[in-house]
Amino acid sequence: MTEQRYRHLEQASGKTGLRRVAIDPLTRVEGHGKVTLLLDEENRVQQARLHIVEFRGFEKFIQGRPYWEVPVLVQRLCGICPVSHLLAGAKAIDDLMGATGIPPTAEKLRRLLHYGQVLQSHALHFFHLASPDLLFGPESQPALRNVMAELEGERSREIALMGIRLRRFGQEVIRHIIGKRIHGTGPLPGGMNRHLDREAGRELQEELPQVLAWAGQGVDLARRLILADPGEHRRFATVPSLFLALTGPNGAHELYDGLLRVRDEKGGLLYDGLEPRRYREYLREQVKRWSYMKFPYLSHLGPELGWYRVGPLARLNVCDHFGTEQAERQRRRFFELMGPPPVQATLAYHWARMIEILHCAERIEELLRDEDLYRGELLCETSRGEEGVGVIEAPRGVLIHHYRVDEQGLVTGANLIVSTTHNNTAMNESLRQVAAEYLDGREFDELLLNRIEMAIRAYDPCLSCATHAIGKMPLELVLEAPDGSERGRLLRHADGTVVQG
Amino acid sequence: MPEFLLDGRSVPFEPGQTVMEAAIAAGIYIPHLCWHPAFEPHGSCKLCTVDIDGRPASACTRPAEAGMQVTSGSEALRRLRLRLTQMLFVEGNHFCPSCEKSGDCELQAMGYYLGMTDNHYPHFYPRRELDASHPDILLDRDRCIFCELCVRASRKEGKSVFALAGRGPQTRLVINSPSGRLGDSELDAGDEAAGICPVGAIVRRNTAYRVPIGQRRYDLAGIDEESLARERPLLGRADGPTED
Repeated sequence: MTEQRYRHLEQASGKTGLRRVAIDPLTRVEGHGKVTLLLDEENRVQQARLHIVEFRGFEKFIQGRPYWEVPVLVQRLCGICPVSHLLAGAKAIDDLMGATGIPPTAEKLRRLLHYGQVLQSHALHFFHLASPDLLFGPESQPALRNVMAELEGERSREIALMGIRLRRFGQEVIRHIIGKRIHGTGPLPGGMNRHLDREAGRELQEELPQVLAWAGQGVDLARRLILADPGEHRRFATVPSLFLALTGPNGAHELYDGLLRVRDEKGGLLYDGLEPRRYREYLREQVKRWSYMKFPYLSHLGPELGWYRVGPLARLNVCDHFGTEQAERQRRRFFELMGPPPVQATLAYHWARMIEILHCAERIEELLRDEDLYRGELLCETSRGEEGVGVIEAPRGVLIHHYRVDEQGLVTGANLIVSTTHNNTAMNESLRQVAAEYLDGREFDELLLNRIEMAIRAYDPCLSCATHAIGKMPLELVLEAPDGSERGRLLRHADGTVVQG
Repeated sequence: MPEFLLDGRSVPFEPGQTVMEAAIAAGIYIPHLCWHPAFEPHGSCKLCTVDIDGRPASACTRPAEAGMQVTSGSEALRRLRLRLTQMLFVEGNHFCPSCEKSGDCELQAMGYYLGMTDNHYPHFYPRRELDASHPDILLDRDRCIFCELCVRASRKEGKSVFALAGRGPQTRLVINSPSGRLGDSELDAGDEAAGICPVGAIVRRNTAYRVPIGQRRYDLAGIDEESLARERPLLGRADGPTED
């Protein structure tokens, strides 16, 4: 449906005589990755790739463990948004345990936990990682492009502090529900292990007017920064694509639970009401020799046309409305200024992210007034099955956890399709766009290369979460002579067979 | 009543009491993992090693004697106990981050008590079998520290479900059942042997993570305080020697 316009840069036709430029490691992203560019003698880009260099293996070592350990174990995938994995794992175990109707108290506690999580993760990404590019400009000195420099700047100091304080608030919401800011416990099969303490609820409520004000200022800031150079910011790293996200009843913006929707490039709905737990009927994953990260696609369109984007921009593009007043007002303004959905501008991810912070703050305010958080049933009845799927909207997009267990309750199979993985093709396409449109034929320097990082950074990738190709990763070993000519090649295919290429 | 000196304090004892029993009765904590007031001492974990008149001895097995000079709280003994605890960690596969016993585990609490910040020794990464065949109880041998509390408890209950087999690194907890699996043994969820494991090796199903962080046993008190409060009232319950 949506062609990859820069696909020709995935693989150079021949490597002889090409110069290799590597951005290693990628900075101001979560996890470890690198970008490699192959250039000819006139600095024309022949190949551009985002590589994920980590190897995690959670899908393998969860096998043989009892199902109830799953959410707590898999949250260790990440230190930035562990709650996403905790909750996706918990929902998968609910599904496995036939816990279809967890009590309202438990669901509201989980939602509150998730809103705190999305708020803190978005604040971390925008203020700590991405904003230096936007505040100081992509071609500013590298030593300036970090939150510490922001804290020292007279005008940027308040912005940096706002980000730190917003994040702190989100982390405190998390701590009050699962006992720790990072890697706590709370969700159980069929519910939660405790209510919110009333005193904690009061403390959080007292902070909310300020948090809402900061969140509003954050949206204004993101809008100003993106619109400061509207033509350029619409074009930069922009790759027209499909968008995939969960939606709630009546197409409402949704983060915790709902049905999947796909909006096409023209603004129509390609799919609506897709049941997340049946994801295998419409999603597939492609593996490529040069990356530990898989490439998901809509199966009926195939890997070339069926790629899509997820995350804050996808959620805004896909939903019909926010369920909260201020965020809805900001959503309307976003589309008034950027054009009707889908907005394709990759940098608009930042703006969408800030609108979601506001939405989360509003939802937190709403929930803290809800008496259910402080009393009521925490667990529902369960009965064990063999398979469970849990899908939520993590800060970075759709997150799928899928587990199978044996009759003793030990995990026999696991599949995780992590938000960043969904964006794999898009991130590669964006970086190829930047390589082709901004770098091609020019002299390279650090400042120019930062533009590549900015393209990837817009997606807020969490690379450590996204490397789950164990047992399936094909590998390619190429022996090259000093002049770059190829002397030999060994290929291991996805099925494990090894051939000489 | 006769007395001995423990870290400079006079500790009275009943004839027949061990150094450990007398110390606990006097409200003085001596670190231990395999000792439990309801069972005959086992003397295997060596965490309770103290200095008695210049010689090392296990406080849990050494009968108290009038006038003996006992040192427990020295830095040298803390370091010795730390190394022993680190050995216990590396001999098994202890993954506290996801372990359901975290916060309620005596081995973990001992690590905190002794100021353990690393493993010191290289990990063994032993391959041990997990037994999930019982409908109510999970046996995760990765976490076993061979304290034999389950062995002693089950023997006392007349079932003798557990035993240690093998030697050295091959030591393992085995099950007394035709298949060697827990599900085919006589163990019931209500047995003391099913609930006495100080670590996460034997756990009851449907209990994991139920107690929120902040309310778990060792969130509320350190192992020294908790141990004294729990074990002091149980002193004198050990009835008859086990057949080790």
